[in-house]
Amino acid sequence: MCSRFPINLAALSVLMLAACNRGPQPALPAEQPSRPILIDSALDPGVGYSLVTTDPRAAAYYNNAEAVNTGKRLFQQYNCSGCHSNGGGGMGPDLLDDVWIYGSRLEQIHQTLVEGRPNGMPSWGNKVPDQQLWQLAVYVRSMSLPQTLAAETDNTPSQSPAPVPPEADQGAGWSPPPATTNDYTTTTTGAD
Amino acid sequence: MRTVVLMLTLSAAPALALAQTIPSPVPENEVFTREDIGHALAAPTPEAGHTAPSAANAPEDDGQWSMPSKNYASTRFSSLKEITPANVRTLKPDFSFSLAVNKGQEAAPIVVDNTMYVVTAYPNIVYALDLTKPGAPLKWIFAPKPAPASQGLACCDVVNRGGTVSNGKYIFNTLDGQTIAVDVKTGRALWRTQLGNINRGETITMAPTVAKGRVYVGDSGGEMGVRGWIVALDENTGKLLWRGYDTGPDAEVLIGPEFKPHYAGDQGKDLGVQSWPPQAWKIGGGASWGWITYDPELNALYQGVGNPGPWNNEQRPGDNKWTAGIFARDPATGAARWYYQYSPHDEHDYDGVNEQILLDMPFAGKMQKVLIHIDRNGYVYVMERSTGTVLSADPFGPVNSSKGVDLQTGRLIVNPAKQTKLGETVRNICPTASGAKDWNPSSFSPQTGLLYIPHENMCMDWMSSEVNYIAGTPYVGALVHMKPGPGGNRGELTAWDPVQRRPAWAVKENFPIWSGTVVTAGDIVFYGTMDGWFKAVNARTGDMLWRYKVDSGIISQPISYRGPDGHQYIAVLSGVGGWSGAVVSGPVDPRDGSAALGMVNVMSDLPKYTTAGGTLYVFSLPH
Repeated sequence: MCSRFPINLAALSVLMLAACNRGPQPALPAEQPSRPILIDSALDPGVGYSLVTTDPRAAAYYNNAEAVNTGKRLFQQYNCSGCHSNGGGGMGPDLLDDVWIYGSRLEQIHQTLVEGRPNGMPSWGNKVPDQQLWQLAVYVRSMSLPQTLAAETDNTPSQSPAPVPPEADQGAGWSPPPATTNDYTTTTTGAD
Repeated sequence: MRTVVLMLTLSAAPALALAQTIPSPVPENEVFTREDIGHALAAPTPEAGHTAPSAANAPEDDGQWSMPSKNYASTRFSSLKEITPANVRTLKPDFSFSLAVNKGQEAAPIVVDNTMYVVTAYPNIVYALDLTKPGAPLKWIFAPKPAPASQGLACCDVVNRGGTVSNGKYIFNTLDGQTIAVDVKTGRALWRTQLGNINRGETITMAPTVAKGRVYVGDSGGEMGVRGWIVALDENTGKLLWRGYDTGPDAEVLIGPEFKPHYAGDQGKDLGVQSWPPQAWKIGGGASWGWITYDPELNALYQGVGNPGPWNNEQRPGDNKWTAGIFARDPATGAARWYYQYSPHDEHDYDGVNEQILLDMPFAGKMQKVLIHIDRNGYVYVMERSTGTVLSADPFGPVNSSKGVDLQTGRLIVNPAKQTKLGETVRNICPTASGAKDWNPSSFSPQTGLLYIPHENMCMDWMSSEVNYIAGTPYVGALVHMKPGPGGNRGELTAWDPVQRRPAWAVKENFPIWSGTVVTAGDIVFYGTMDGWFKAVNARTGDMLWRYKVDSGIISQPISYRGPDGHQYIAVLSGVGGWSGAVVSGPVDPRDGSAALGMVNVMSDLPKYTTAGGTLYVFSLPH
């Protein structure tokens, strides 16, 4: 139900009402796994790289121009822009920079949207269709891509969001700073 | 009128790659002049008497600073005069204290019984410092631990405008909607009352007003679709005595037989419902997040009311009562006595919450009991405060969104060319959404007869958009880009003569002034700048006498008090932030001009001048 998140009054989008009227168990994509997917951090101590669990639902949203543009529209309709502006932030954090408090990969952004976060990010899981959360996530992921930033022609960014290439989310989520002088891959054996 | 130009420039500094260029100022000929649009019911009659607060509202100064406004008249005038224009050059820091919170610090330090109390921005930590000992050591810390989620509901940084000491209690509000009374001796909470509901977008950032055993509090959330209110609590128990809403049916607004508004437009049944589309008043804003003033002399309460929501005005045709105006209420019952709407059907985010200064002033040949309010919409209002009659309304900053106030009907004369529209960008609207002046309070000196108004000189482009109401999320519906006003200086300190209805002098500042002012009997005005200068200027001429660079920009309320050693001290908090400083305290990205509700467009260079901080500074002369 949508009752804990009162969405009332006339101004409401038809989209949203549709989401509420689907009954207690809104239809999720068929590939929805029976158990929630755990996403591990890449920064487990003592391990160079940890395995990263990927959410198979994410795949459809890479290289998907339509999804990014739908996400852009939803970003306004669900008042995301009220806090994050056009990516520059305000009540909520900046989404144009390279700081990702809860992870930058598409599935991690999706997870943030589903669960909410403790410093003011509302939880949207089961309140809007899951597909829309993926579309929002991929728009958010696109905002800080070099191609999207380069398309900004004035002081209102994120208006021409580039599709997100899968390469953007490859890797362990961490890489050494450029021109690092330490070989971080060396394992110290403790030999005296 | 003298103008002292104090523009700071970075010499040959490389432009930060991140910052947008600051947009060009709005041309001078696009705003109206004071002569064009200023109006009064009568010509000035300065010979009829001396302007000053009454003794009931501003009792003899005891050298303490027990409430943010100094006294119920809200003059922020300190009668201490050890520091003078002749010796202020030797003013030096006496001690400083880290607040451990690097968000916008808007509070006034409070000094009672040789103890100083400071409340920080979220998480609203209260510190008590012992002024009798060297270095002012801590007596206690009170950490209220407000709900972290409240940070996501604060439109304009997680600020707090201060607490007040009354009868052995330090009383303040928390961002997550509590009012708390702390025992000044033990630092323990005596009571805490939950007033706001963050799930409905309600937070609290204002400083409570305490008078005659009652605590008055209003909510924040005008950008979140709240339904604004004011409450009175029992000072000793925290128990709710009454609550008056700022929209809705008369019974809930506390409008009854006592309600006698001066102007016809405010008379009628259930205007808080009738002046809205069906049900829109339930999410129509009208938060009371600024100043509530108690008037011992007339036993009245004056409550400023904030902007209507959403910002997109086409979703709320009508006057949108009782937003963007002021109520006079019975302090005991909350019953409304009169109301005046500064900005009917506000289209520009002109909250009516700025300070109310209560004075006895000559007007039309006799002394009158006036309330002076310096509004976001750009006018200095002088009102006869027993009836709510506007005696004069004059612009003090750049104005083109209106063409004056019709003093017969009381109504603001809207300029159709600057009305905001759905899907269309209306350019160069002055003043900007944060107003010709925001919440940061002015001071008044009975020695000079001048108001010291810290304010902005900014304008904006605005495009309205449709917005859905979703509880706990912003309800705004506007794409705003701010820009400097005529001349390009974004801030100004104006010394305003309320009797002659004109400025005596003005000091231009590069950034908008977001700090309050304090004026002393030594004829010095103190204020802070967003780039981190704490300044003293001559109250009679505006000449800069002294300045000191602190660790971060200043957006707080400076005070003056007498220390245990009998000497005069000046205290202020640094810590840039607030709506205008969010680009530093954010994180907010300077590349998005629309960020922080359009403020970033005009403040994207601030990160080149200051970093986030949060420190108490106390100054004195060498002794």
